[in-house]
Amino acid sequence: MTGISREEVAQRIAADIPDGAYVNLGIGAPTLVANYLPDDIEIFLHTENGLLGMGAAPALGRIDPDLINAGKQPVTALPGAAYFHHADSFGMMRGGHLDICVLGAFQISQHGDLANWSTGAPDAIPAVGGAMDLASGAKEVFVMTDLLAKSGESKLVTACTYPLTGVGCVSRIYTDHAVFDVTPDGFRVRDLFGDNTVEVLEKLTGLHLQYSGLE
Amino acid sequence: MVDKTVADVARAVEGVPDGATVMIGGFGRAGQPVELINALIEQGARDLTIVSNNAGNGDTGLAALLGKGRVRRIVCSFPRQHDSWVFDGLYRAGGIELELVPQGNLAERIRAGGAGIGAFFSPTGVGTQLADGKEERTIAGRRHVLEYPIKADFALISAYRGDRWGNLVYRETARNFGPIMAAGATTTVVQVDEIVDLGALDPESVVTPGIFVDRVVAVGSRRWVQDGEFVGGVDVEGEPVNVETGAVR
Repeated sequence: MTGISREEVAQRIAADIPDGAYVNLGIGAPTLVANYLPDDIEIFLHTENGLLGMGAAPALGRIDPDLINAGKQPVTALPGAAYFHHADSFGMMRGGHLDICVLGAFQISQHGDLANWSTGAPDAIPAVGGAMDLASGAKEVFVMTDLLAKSGESKLVTACTYPLTGVGCVSRIYTDHAVFDVTPDGFRVRDLFGDNTVEVLEKLTGLHLQYSGLE
Repeated sequence: MVDKTVADVARAVEGVPDGATVMIGGFGRAGQPVELINALIEQGARDLTIVSNNAGNGDTGLAALLGKGRVRRIVCSFPRQHDSWVFDGLYRAGGIELELVPQGNLAERIRAGGAGIGAFFSPTGVGTQLADGKEERTIAGRRHVLEYPIKADFALISAYRGDRWGNLVYRETARNFGPIMAAGATTTVVQVDEIVDLGALDPESVVTPGIFVDRVVAVGSRRWVQDGEFVGGVDVEGEPVNVETGAVR
């Protein structure tokens, strides 16, 4: 089965982000999206630890420990950037000011429920960070993930079995096999990659998928 | 004359009683008041409840306080990090209580504490384990959970510059929890790189007004800043590096 690489998924997401959008890219794979944002438009990257107008990683020797992203990696601030405290930062999400966030996932249900913070393993050290705030706060929640977990199980499910991050919050899922929208009638295939077909995807996910032609 | 400055970090943390609730600023290493935490370790208060975003990394700062067995309970959003072995060990051994709070609810609960809000309804966490047992209400068609403010006896925070009235400015994303924790505690203790004369901070740019601050102590310039200019030469933990290879020196 052919699909596309993680970098290509990031590129596909970047192409869907409109000029002028305020965007939060979650820790991990979603940060790759930043590498593919077009130069000819302006997109504001928000990092929840208190920066709008986040730029690329600094050169060695120019790392500033006071200037980091939510993954605690060194970043830079673009001309026009702004710093703010945590209550303001999360008010930006909760208050509906942030247009898009891109998050990773363990599971996404056909109702748009998201599970991405805990596998529920009894010996795991729990940690949630800003995941729940992002999931419930951003106007649109995009998920970037492989379609299948390492175990081969579909991450798109009827109902999540892992602990939930948010209820009915996901609007679109970008995977290495296809792009899906969450609709009142379940997942709808929006784009297909490689030699994937709706039939193949239904077999992989075990779900009935909506399809009305590619967007 | 009002003078909130104190001579050293030992005096800055005087009077923290056993059993106190202490807010500690910082997000990871950025804005963590390491010198004040070290002074609190020396000071000896035990049975503490700590409110902080993380639960310490490596063996220094907050991790060292935990490692000394001084903390009974921690309220935080993200204890697990690649180098949070001190917390991880205590937690697995049942040596510390954890209240896990979504980061934005944590921030807003601290803000509410400082702003005199009795409680608030938040949409964050609805329908998840972290809202279990919490009062829920649908407002404007959306489900919310009731969240209560967090207040502390002491807040230990790190800022960039302060004056003797306690006015503060911060540096970049090291601001993080500083302004809201300053307001949320009965006694707010701030370490700054430098204490400046009254009037040296532009009133238009003061981030934390001095009314929220009780003690200010100067701890000297951070390694990557000299004479107010960023000079770099460190890794993200602030350790000196070879700027050609990135290797820690």
